[in-house]
Amino acid sequence: MGSQRLVVIGNGMAPGRVLDHLFERAPDAYQVTIFNAEPRVNYDRIMLSPVLSGEKQYKDIIIHDDAWYNDHQVTLHRGKRVVEIDRANKTVIAADGTKAPYDRLLIATGSNPIIIPVPGHDLPGVVTYRDLDDVDAMLSASRKAGRAVVIGGGLLGLEAAVGLKMQGMDVAVVHLASTLMERQLDEAAGHLLRKEIERRGIDVYTSANTTEIIGTKSVEGVRLDDGTRIDASLVCMAVGIRPNTSVADAAGLSVERGIIVGDDLKTSDPSIFAVGECVQHRDQCYGLVAPLYEMAKVVAAQLSGDTDTVYTGSITSTKLKVTGVDVFSAGDFQQTEGREEVVLRDAAQGVYKRLVLRDDQLVGAVVYGDTKDSAWFFQHIKDGTDVSEYRDTLIFGPTYAGGDPVDPLAAVAALPGDAEICGCNGVCKSIIQETITGEGLTSLDDVRAHTKASASCGSCTGLVEQILALTLGDQFDPDAAKPVCACTDLGHDAVRRLIVAGELKTIPDVMQQLNWKTSCGCSKCRPAINFYLVCAWPGEYVDDGQSRFINERVHANIQKDGTYSVVPRMWGGMTTAQELRAIADVVDKYDIPTVKCTGGARIDMLGVKKEDLPSVWSDLNQAGLVSGHAYAKGLRTVKSCVGTDWCRFGTQDSTGLAVKLERFLWGSWTPHKVKLGVSGCPRNCAEATCKDIGVVCVDSGYEIHFAGAAGMHVKGTDLLSTVETEGEAIHYIGALMQMYREQGWYLDRIYKWAAKVGVDYVRDTLAILDNRNDYYDRFVYSQQFMQDDPWAARVAGKDAHEFTPITLEHRVETA
Amino acid sequence: MMSGPESIWVKVCELTDIPLRGSRVLKTEAGCVALFRTVGDDVFALRDQCPHKKGPLSQGIVHDRSIACPLHNMVFDLDTGFARGPDAYEAQTFPTKVEQGIISVDLRNLSEGRQ
Ligand code: SRM
Ligand SMILES: Cc1cc2nc3c(=O)[nH]c(=O)nc-3n(C[C@H](O)[C@H](O)[C@H](O)COP(=O)(O)OP(=O)(O)OC[C@H]3O[C@@H](n4cnc5c(N)ncnc54)[C@H](O)[C@@H]3O)c2cc1C
Ligand code: SF4
Ligand code: FES
Repeated sequence: MGSQRLVVIGNGMAPGRVLDHLFERAPDAYQVTIFNAEPRVNYDRIMLSPVLSGEKQYKDIIIHDDAWYNDHQVTLHRGKRVVEIDRANKTVIAADGTKAPYDRLLIATGSNPIIIPVPGHDLPGVVTYRDLDDVDAMLSASRKAGRAVVIGGGLLGLEAAVGLKMQGMDVAVVHLASTLMERQLDEAAGHLLRKEIERRGIDVYTSANTTEIIGTKSVEGVRLDDGTRIDASLVCMAVGIRPNTSVADAAGLSVERGIIVGDDLKTSDPSIFAVGECVQHRDQCYGLVAPLYEMAKVVAAQLSGDTDTVYTGSITSTKLKVTGVDVFSAGDFQQTEGREEVVLRDAAQGVYKRLVLRDDQLVGAVVYGDTKDSAWFFQHIKDGTDVSEYRDTLIFGPTYAGGDPVDPLAAVAALPGDAEICGCNGVCKSIIQETITGEGLTSLDDVRAHTKASASCGSCTGLVEQILALTLGDQFDPDAAKPVCACTDLGHDAVRRLIVAGELKTIPDVMQQLNWKTSCGCSKCRPAINFYLVCAWPGEYVDDGQSRFINERVHANIQKDGTYSVVPRMWGGMTTAQELRAIADVVDKYDIPTVKCTGGARIDMLGVKKEDLPSVWSDLNQAGLVSGHAYAKGLRTVKSCVGTDWCRFGTQDSTGLAVKLERFLWGSWTPHKVKLGVSGCPRNCAEATCKDIGVVCVDSGYEIHFAGAAGMHVKGTDLLSTVETEGEAIHYIGALMQMYREQGWYLDRIYKWAAKVGVDYVRDTLAILDNRNDYYDRFVYSQQFMQDDPWAARVAGKDAHEFTPITLEHRVETA
Repeated sequence: MMSGPESIWVKVCELTDIPLRGSRVLKTEAGCVALFRTVGDDVFALRDQCPHKKGPLSQGIVHDRSIACPLHNMVFDLDTGFARGPDAYEAQTFPTKVEQGIISVDLRNLSEGRQ
């Protein structure tokens, strides 16, 4: 290991990045020791908001795990706060007495959240928003529900407020200025933002000055200077940050607002560097990661002997990380002498764009609602591009000037190679493209791994995907890059969680709140969302027929010639002379060309004209035959064998159980189709062990199997559990169905879902009776709304327009 | 929409006869025409026959100003009838207009492009 000793104070995002670069440039140059007041490894602080809102967990945001510290033989002192720098002896000393001598020292103490010293500010229940402990504190408070007051309506405050709301608390935001995020937004954009925040049920108080935090033992509320009292059990102060300079100060380094550094990022002591939010460079203190990452590159260069690389300051841009709200601002957009502004508003779409120009150069931009062109605007600001050529159309973005506005890739295609795509990590377009081709990358995750683009706050994810699409063309498979479809950046899990967390109950609501890029989705996402809503809000949500594939819309299977097939249920494969007679009559009456026994052990009538469907069904209904859902992403068939009724080997009444199961499960919508088999003994004549769910009867009871497949992919089932009674088997299977319904991605069969979450996880979860009861109860509750025969409903007139074509009053000349 | 002198405008139904983001089939001697109503209440008419393998387009899913064929999910632009994406398929389109909530279709070319 390195002869030189490098000691780092603070283990935040800036030094983490310094070390990444340093180990690339000079792997063995230094022996590194880190002191971190936080008792943990390096994590992505900017992703605390998704952790608070429940969209992510701590483990998802770790940047350097334990292995990393081992691999680079870095000594990490967790939970040890440095209290003194002994510059004479080049040694740092921690609160607990731990000492570490250094040749080079790096101060990266970040900043401290500002606590306004109003009475009551030290009551239990008052938290700040800076690190994981703060998030944990808020999460445990949110479990007790009640109201939270967030003081401060800036980036942080709003992310905290939305997070707490999504955790089920009532939330009020108290903001001193008259406009939310006034440092990043102008009044108009701030107004749109306020409306959106209020629409989410968060109370907003602007021009509101907190004078007191009320409470005796713990927080009970806050009082504003106009006397208003807002009750609260939690108060989160997010009013700003102050560079954390105490140790540097005590050590006699030159400090003003922050620790003074030069372009080489050295402090007034040449053997001591400082980086991150704690520094003051050319009179600037920064509060965003992008500039810190730029500094980090320079520190790493300097440490590895390259003294030519220097830091000259940054222009920053900000984006609010609240799912469903798109706000971007960059540069200087104050309205002053000699400046002109271009404004575009689209109230209907909730879009607001304001560009500020000085002598034909873009100097500032505020964009609300539609931020797809923001990278392009930001590039203009940084380059000081002369826009006189196209200033009239500038605000419409690159697509306008560059012709074809419908091409979604035009905006990205128009960007120059050095256009910055990922603000957090300072990754430009050409780097991403070169890495994609060079490394043969195919997915978003690949790009994140190789370039760090979109790996921090994620707000550039859409752009990175477009670059993938641009570079790979057809090779780029959007499924590989998690989003549900091209209409969104969100994956299935995120969409499902947000539907529940945000209480989104209609498809338009989901698309609005989750920021869908298309006006009403596509044939990929609409059926998925429709199912997720059906599953999340049984009895409340009104199924959207127009978001279902034709088979599920008309409850029959379309055939290649546009006719339909009709498959009635035969419960557990049982039928009667009367049912068969009814089928025979229908076949004659509507001269149906083909009658066939299906692979699902029932009868399929193929080639029925669409107009005939309702009368065919009505005739079948007469005989008690109902839809077999042979078309449904739902319960299909429960195959059985004759079991103890007849078979000399039968151990249990497999036919009876199959019938009970089919009558219990039918009508439920699921992520993909569900097929069961119940065999009376391990000879398994009902093929139970290649079904989605299978039961194999044995002398001692019932083996419950799941996650089999026998379609494009063939796979034997895994054993879920063995139970003694029929009742337990049905209970277990009901619970499994609901777990799959609530967790499965649309179009994943049970075996695919189980592979994603883990077979053991499913088994262990359902092994616990309480869990089983919860899932079972939710399934039973949902079933009461699902179990009416869709055929009967349509015979009674539902969706008549589907089945009755329009004809013309007067003949049409067709010469 | 433009229409030459010899165009044949035919009143077919009311706007509300078609469900939002839905479709209806218009039956004529010269074959079926699919009528679509988009989320913006624009109405389009295409021959109810996918140029790929004759799938009934009326049975597909309407999204934005396009329709996904029910058989193999090819997506067609309702304005132009062209398939989205690489494949060079084109579905026959008919001019439409909506006046006082009544939909009319110009069936001048109905007999053409019949397969
Ligand atoms: C009718 C039937 C074939 C037959 O004549 O027997 C059939 C017909 C179709 N199957 Fe099947 N499958 C039929 C039993 C099966 C079976 C055997 C079984 O159910 O025990 C399997 C293998 C087991 C399984 O499900 O994995 C089967 C695996 C598939 C698959 C592959 C599923 C997979 O995940 O790999 C598809 C494609 C899909 O669903 O995406 C499919 C899709 C289809 C579709 C719906 C294709 C389509 O979208 O049009 C066919 C509809 C024809 C129609 O209009 O009825 N069918 N299909 C069977 C109806 C069973 C029933 O009574 O409901
Ligand atoms: C909730 C939240 C959301 C954010 N969102 C964004 C965003 O979307 N975009 C963006 O660009 N920026 C965002 N930021 C800002 C960004 O996180 C910070 O700019 C960045 O983390 C600063 O990095 P740093 O290394 O300078 O300091 P920090 O990451 O704060 O690290 C400082 C570390 O030093 C430790 N420390 C302090 N004093 C001592 C001592 N004496 N001894 C030992 N250890 C000490 C602290 O415990 C801390 O772990 C966000 C910040 C928060 C809190
Ligand atoms: S096997 Fe293929 S062709 Fe046969 S019914 Fe199933 S899907 Fe159709
Ligand atoms: S028939 Fe329309 S896509 Fe194949």
